[in-house]
Amino acid sequence: MNIQQKWVAYYTILVKEVLRFARIWVQTIVPPVITTALYFVIFGNLIGPQIGQMSGHAYMDFIVPGLIMMAVITNSYANVVSSFYGSKFQGNIAEMLVSPTPNWIILAGFVSGGVARGLAVGLAVTLVSLLFSDLNVEHVFITFTIVLLTSTLFSLAGLINGVYATSFDDITIVPTFVLTPLTYLGGVFYSITMLSPFWQKLSLLNPILYMVNGFRYGILGASDMTIWLSYGVVSGFILLLGGFSLYLLHKGIGIRS
Amino acid sequence: MTTALDIQGLRKTYDNGFTALKGIDLRVEQGDFFALLGANGAGKSTTIGIVSSLVNKTAGKVSIFGYDLDNQREQAKAQIGLVPQEFNFNIFEPVVEILVNQGGYYGIPRATAFARAEILLKQLGLWEKAREQARNLSGGMKRRLMIARSLIHQPRLLILDEPTAGVDIEIRRSMWEFLRKLNAEGTTIILTTHYLEEAESLCRNIGIIDRGDLIENTGMKKLLNRLDTECYLFDLAEPLAELPHTSSNLCHCSLQDPTTLEVAFHKEHYSLNQVFDFLNKQGVQVHSMRNKTNRLEQLFMELVENNKQ
Repeated sequence: MNIQQKWVAYYTILVKEVLRFARIWVQTIVPPVITTALYFVIFGNLIGPQIGQMSGHAYMDFIVPGLIMMAVITNSYANVVSSFYGSKFQGNIAEMLVSPTPNWIILAGFVSGGVARGLAVGLAVTLVSLLFSDLNVEHVFITFTIVLLTSTLFSLAGLINGVYATSFDDITIVPTFVLTPLTYLGGVFYSITMLSPFWQKLSLLNPILYMVNGFRYGILGASDMTIWLSYGVVSGFILLLGGFSLYLLHKGIGIRS
Repeated sequence: MTTALDIQGLRKTYDNGFTALKGIDLRVEQGDFFALLGANGAGKSTTIGIVSSLVNKTAGKVSIFGYDLDNQREQAKAQIGLVPQEFNFNIFEPVVEILVNQGGYYGIPRATAFARAEILLKQLGLWEKAREQARNLSGGMKRRLMIARSLIHQPRLLILDEPTAGVDIEIRRSMWEFLRKLNAEGTTIILTTHYLEEAESLCRNIGIIDRGDLIENTGMKKLLNRLDTECYLFDLAEPLAELPHTSSNLCHCSLQDPTTLEVAFHKEHYSLNQVFDFLNKQGVQVHSMRNKTNRLEQLFMELVENNKQ
């Protein structure tokens, strides 16, 4: 395949993936927006004023970046894992596997679809947050790149889950028992400076902490760590999971017998 | 003549230890209409799976129109169109989208793919369903959709794994015509089927796989000529009171019921004309006649039985 043909293949997968979640927007876009709006109402509006300031910001302002990031993470992941496993389950993953489309294009197409949904939901949640908070983005470039990289990372993670999944139960186990706890403990609702030294150190093992704080730094200019550490951790995990995803596709694990 | 498919020493052992292919060699020439036959579990689908990159091989070489599947994967894959045994499209996608997307995976721009999809869907009688979700199609329509999808990138080698399973005879015949025309236009076709009359009617060459071994690879006519016995059923105008008497053990008569006479004879010693002469002399009035069993089916069973021994 020449470059133009590869572009067509990539574009085809991307359009297919975007149409897939756009067609069922009531299931894919609306629920996270409603859930996050409830967080804003309960934690920001009702409980927030009792808490006071956190890291020098009103509690509502503090939780907005974390909640946007939480929506981006869960939706990027969910999009790719459900789409990839769905393709395996119906067998139509074979449409790509028999074609000359290289594995890295297949990977890029699925991941871009996940990023598209993550960003779409993130944008919708951001718009809702404007009803509750005056959002002033301190560092636009950092905000955008951190959300893009995080979305990419969790799309890759979703694909790996999809590759190994052999039932619909398998695609809910990781989000329920790994992703949700890590996200909640990743500094969405609090600063780790509130924790005891032991729990602070333990929290540093949670990669989501670096993404939430990086994003919070982009929007509020406040973070529990340097932005370069956030970039380093996210980029490192992308390289790791990206390489592993390509290895899985090359070996045909979970998709070729 | 160019070789469309060249398989050498192909082996496949699955993770559970089952050896599906024991080192088969197979050549299919360009322009051929080739039947790959075998019982369930014989290794046909594994062979097709390896050729179409859906199954990892354990050992051996596969090349498609001279492109090595290991070292020139993209070029090799671009030559193949696959119609798998099971429906494997996204049932929620509109019919035309399935074709256009498949074209996209081969690098065909959407406008070109759409134009080709329209032609293919019209040829296969599916254009009226182009905007419908694939799940709303009947079984026969789904089979035709898979054929259309496999042709969107105009492959030089089309592989059909039981394409007519479960479709009614009318649609089956129309699919046969479509495939014959496609083959006449230059597309090499490999067909697996359990309908042996289908293979006999369509294919020029044949390979038979049994328990992972290729036990036969020859021309269809050559294979059929090996049958030394023909067996016909004659529907009689009137019931027979007793069997026609024959003195030769090279021709044998038996009554299936009073108006159905079975005659088996050695091809080398008798012709059908002689059989009719014989029946005339015996005063037997024949209404109609047919082969007792499909000839290829008879041979197939003999070959598989011999391989067991």
